Amino acid sequence: MIDQVGIHERAEFFAKRSIKKQSKLGALYTCVSMCDLTTLEGSDTVGKVQQLCQKAIRPAPPTMLSQYFNGNKIEPLPSVAAVCVYPTMVPVAVKALKGTDIKIASVATAFPSGQAPFEIKSQDTKFAINHGANEIDMVINRGAFLSGKYSVVFDEIKEISKICAGKAHLKVILETGEIGSYDKIRLASEIAMEAGADFIKTSTGKMQPAATVPVTLVMLQAISDFYDKTGKKIGMKPAGGIRSAKEAIQYLVMVNETLGEQWLSSELFRFGASSLLNDLLRQIFKEISGSYYYEKSFSLD
Amino acid sequence: MQAGTQNKKLKTSSKNVAGRGVESTSYQNRFVKGIPFKFDYEASVESTEVVKIKSQNELFIGGKFVKPQSGKYFKTLNPATENVLAEVAEANSTDVDLAVLAARKAFATWSKLSGHERGRYLFKIARIIQERAREVAILESLDNGKPIKETRDVDTPLAAAHFFYHAGWADKLEYVVPGRSVAPLGVVGQIIPWNFPLLMAAWKIAPALACGNTVVLKPAETTPLTALLLAEIIQQAELPEGVVNIVTGAGETGANLVDHPDVNKIAFTGSTDIGRRIQKAIAGTQKRLTLELGGKSAHIIFEDAAIDQAIEGVINGIYFNQGHVCCAGSRLLLEESISELFVKKLKKRMQKIRIGNPLDKNTDIGAINSAGELQKIQNLVGVGKTEGGEFFEPNLTLPSKGYFHKPCFFNGVSSAATLSRVEVFGPVLTIATFRTPEEAVLKANDTPYGLAAGLWSEKGSKIHKVASRLRAGVIWANTYNKFDPTSPFGGYYESGFGREGGRHGLLGYLEVK
Repeated sequence: MIDQVGIHERAEFFAKRSIKKQSKLGALYTCVSMCDLTTLEGSDTVGKVQQLCQKAIRPAPPTMLSQYFNGNKIEPLPSVAAVCVYPTMVPVAVKALKGTDIKIASVATAFPSGQAPFEIKSQDTKFAINHGANEIDMVINRGAFLSGKYSVVFDEIKEISKICAGKAHLKVILETGEIGSYDKIRLASEIAMEAGADFIKTSTGKMQPAATVPVTLVMLQAISDFYDKTGKKIGMKPAGGIRSAKEAIQYLVMVNETLGEQWLSSELFRFGASSLLNDLLRQIFKEISGSYYYEKSFSLD
Repeated sequence: MQAGTQNKKLKTSSKNVAGRGVESTSYQNRFVKGIPFKFDYEASVESTEVVKIKSQNELFIGGKFVKPQSGKYFKTLNPATENVLAEVAEANSTDVDLAVLAARKAFATWSKLSGHERGRYLFKIARIIQERAREVAILESLDNGKPIKETRDVDTPLAAAHFFYHAGWADKLEYVVPGRSVAPLGVVGQIIPWNFPLLMAAWKIAPALACGNTVVLKPAETTPLTALLLAEIIQQAELPEGVVNIVTGAGETGANLVDHPDVNKIAFTGSTDIGRRIQKAIAGTQKRLTLELGGKSAHIIFEDAAIDQAIEGVINGIYFNQGHVCCAGSRLLLEESISELFVKKLKKRMQKIRIGNPLDKNTDIGAINSAGELQKIQNLVGVGKTEGGEFFEPNLTLPSKGYFHKPCFFNGVSSAATLSRVEVFGPVLTIATFRTPEEAVLKANDTPYGLAAGLWSEKGSKIHKVASRLRAGVIWANTYNKFDPTSPFGGYYESGFGREGGRHGLLGYLEVK
């Protein structure tokens, strides 16, 4: 059970951590490496996805950074963790990301509403995996969840996780903005983890409220308890609504103090965000160069 | 640090060319894709530039800073570094005499001012505290050792809030006891402890002034500096001379104030032992007395509680302000069905506590206020170890200098054990279990004290039923250590009598006719 006042208070506590200098720079780099760069629009085209993939590989031109290091060999900016697209765009991303360690995530199961017959959800997932997706972001059946049919929700996740087994990581989107209370978010997290999720994810990004710090904290605590019980590490992905580097660092602090350092890697923590990346870049360049770059210094995609 | 061989190669490069930039290598060994990031927060230390500490501090009598008749000064330390911060005047009986005389003189006019005018002065003090909040918070951290996070977010805003709240009462005193009229008591002697130096001063001065009394305040000898800063603020607010007088000193100065024949009331916050001595000393006089003393407060967690939030409640309940809180939830009572899980989670959480430099914004637990207090805590922990129970302290590194003590607990301690009965006034928790709500109430009430209690359950009816049977002046449900000037605070039994804050708090400073 979750106490709302308590969870909000704890969430605010993380914002008070003062992350400066080297800790800040390290955190910013880490955040870049945790981004799932996303485009999920009806208007997505091959061209759009290709460009997004280029940005995923090299978030900013390497020379922009290297000028501050006086010719020394430097560790370049990391690439992001994954690119997240619709199933039909998976082949495009596979081609564009060939030879990199960037993962290809595909939303599936009738994203974002999940309102389709199960056969179609299953087909959707198989299509994405067969075309090379190595991460599946599925949505839970909120209609079933809100009407109390938890076993339907569980069974659907279980079936999809069987399809993914051995081929793709499964991220389960709870769409926390639709499921009402912190107690329900906690319940949905437990159902997803028991049913075989590798990651649990807050939102589709298609509605507000999306990811918030307290919602993420509730889910992190569920992950922590699941780990204590089973020894299995489940990943976490807040998605939608995280725009500033400052917020992203607050999330890292929260993960650090709730689950520990083991979770501070893209294997177990991701940001589902598109506009966050540029603010991370701005802050990184500010830390390194001493002054803010004009925001147009960084490409839109 | 964890990046392995790849990074060692990169460590050799030279410094960067850009003006304020970072060294080129330093961040690279902190981040390698695919390896968990070692997130050790770099120190973020508050600058002390804004604080001007005088090397020699005088008494505040009749609106002026005056040299002590005693001619004596004592030192006050920064407990986090053991360095001397300043010398402070030690008031003897002549000095106390002068202070009481100034207060008596001021009473004649102050008590005749309209409530509206008195309120204006209190509002002004509140606003200046807010304006000088940073300075106040840093000085408090320096002199007391508590983390800047707390002085910034708790002590200072609450001190201002007490002045604001009581400023509002000043012209509404006729409503304190409906149908009766009220009058101020006269000169009030106030003696406050070192755990919340400025907040306790505000807590005492604001209601006394709102009710039309004048004040002689004695701050604790280890933490006099913020009270003297408050004196400066009072000057800045142009409060009439003598309405507030501040005499610094140790026990003897306090005794002089208690024994002074022209004091109408004593308000004391501190240990039960001194409280008893004060009560004996004023027996047979007309002086009024309120005492806010020690505690051994129970913190009860039922199995239907929000466990993760209850963990935070327990951490805040006992480790807030290094455990130097009279209402600290120092006896944790766990329903047996969840005790194992709860203790496991508590240990994990305690490992994340950050102890160290009080001025670092990331510090959760700062320094113990004095060598004497540290010794007392260490002795009691020693006694606890001989009496049994599982002892736990997290693996934290203490600074090499200064008075620090790790947060710790003893699990499985009976109500008969020393640590279950004696107030430690430090970051030391005892844990015991119970089986039924009845047993929880029995154990919670099984103490000579009765200051505060906390209980956690998601079942509202259970909270009300249990709370109504706890003998404690303050009861928190599903939270702990929440303070508000509108809420009366005070205890039962050996925790003292009288209430501070709220309408009830005003009664301690008024004669009801």
